[in-house]
Amino acid sequence: MNGEQTIERPNSFPMFRAMVGIGALCGLLIVLTYEGTLPRVLRLKEEALQKAIFRVLPGISQTRAFTFKNGGFAPAEEGDADLIYAGYDDQGQFKGVALEASGQGYADVIRILYGYDLEKQAVVGFYVLESKETPGLGDKIEKDPNFLENFKALDVSLSDDLKSVKNIVVPVKSGTKANPWEVDGITGATISSRAIGNIIGKSSAEWVPLIYGQRSDFEKREIE
Amino acid sequence: MKNKGKNIPTSTDEFIKGLWKENPVFVQVLGMCPVLAVSNTALNALAMGMATAFVLLMSNILVSLLRNFIPKEVRIASYILIIATFVTITDYAIQAISVELHKSLGAFISLIVVNCLILSRAEAFASKNKLGRSIMDALGMGTGFLFALFCLGAVREVLGSGSFFGVSLFPLDFQEWVVMILPAGGFFTLAAWLLIFNLTKRKEAGA
Repeated sequence: MNGEQTIERPNSFPMFRAMVGIGALCGLLIVLTYEGTLPRVLRLKEEALQKAIFRVLPGISQTRAFTFKNGGFAPAEEGDADLIYAGYDDQGQFKGVALEASGQGYADVIRILYGYDLEKQAVVGFYVLESKETPGLGDKIEKDPNFLENFKALDVSLSDDLKSVKNIVVPVKSGTKANPWEVDGITGATISSRAIGNIIGKSSAEWVPLIYGQRSDFEKREIE
Repeated sequence: MKNKGKNIPTSTDEFIKGLWKENPVFVQVLGMCPVLAVSNTALNALAMGMATAFVLLMSNILVSLLRNFIPKEVRIASYILIIATFVTITDYAIQAISVELHKSLGAFISLIVVNCLILSRAEAFASKNKLGRSIMDALGMGTGFLFALFCLGAVREVLGSGSFFGVSLFPLDFQEWVVMILPAGGFFTLAAWLLIFNLTKRKEAGA
């Protein structure tokens, strides 16, 4: 053993010092930026949401957030999740609700907001809140005028017993829309446009009968 | 990297090098993922180019300042950590500037981490040079990358969508070349620009 040469190992302390030092510096920079931008980001997101509610429920002038608990709709309190936004006109008449829904798109989960008008029994507006769909292709779901035309009066009327939607909203191939409950797709954004049809179909089938059945929960509340 | 010879390059040389002589896209053919993916409209190309240039500048500054502190065994890990930090900061900053802009670029911002242009500048230049030269190098390379991305984005948007920065350019009956906004269009446009760039450089060399 005595005759063996010992291999000199590099001192690991400088490496350790560099990695820990850079890690701490980077962590600090990230935390400072996050904390610095958070109030503005939250405010911008809230403003964007409010704008979106008025966009998907044309003709309303006031909104109020509700949540679904214990089998009924109640005004939302701070910290409540899964909010539903009720819209009222100038006279305080309850017009409809804006609902958030999400589902898998092409790149990632797409989060949308859509408006349901109780009088028309139809989806009357749609807006993409969050999407990572390919710019120029998948993001046509937000811009394509023919696609957006689908959501001006998308039929979600209820069956005679008012317990389910008569025809669930379904996506169809571009140019083949024949019924008011079908969503005409987009060429070049097939997966993304189909995803929107399916998201609204699933969410409306679940929520529309509940909201219509308990519309008095929204009507009887005084507007602040 | 090219050997720069015995003449000491000035700051302007460093800048021009990135913009033209060693343009990261047209000469070094680096960072092809964002070049092909985010160049389908002029606005996306511009925003992505600016975000990349900012990350490149900030990481070059930090790498250059810390060059004597980082042992060579852990240099790549350190550079990646620094680059990822500035990408995260850019992401937050874009969110704070505009929700709409973040919505259209969100998917691609995180990809800046793996842009080999930024790592290559940190490794080949900033880690061996003083702060001033590293800043000029980053500004040159960043502007060169932005210029190249914009060249591709402008052509693809005009032909593929019939518009420029969202403003319609042609009569209503114009048939858009949809292929230009598809991935194949990115390759076609890049090939065309490489051809033009190389012909120009060859002419310059011959003159």
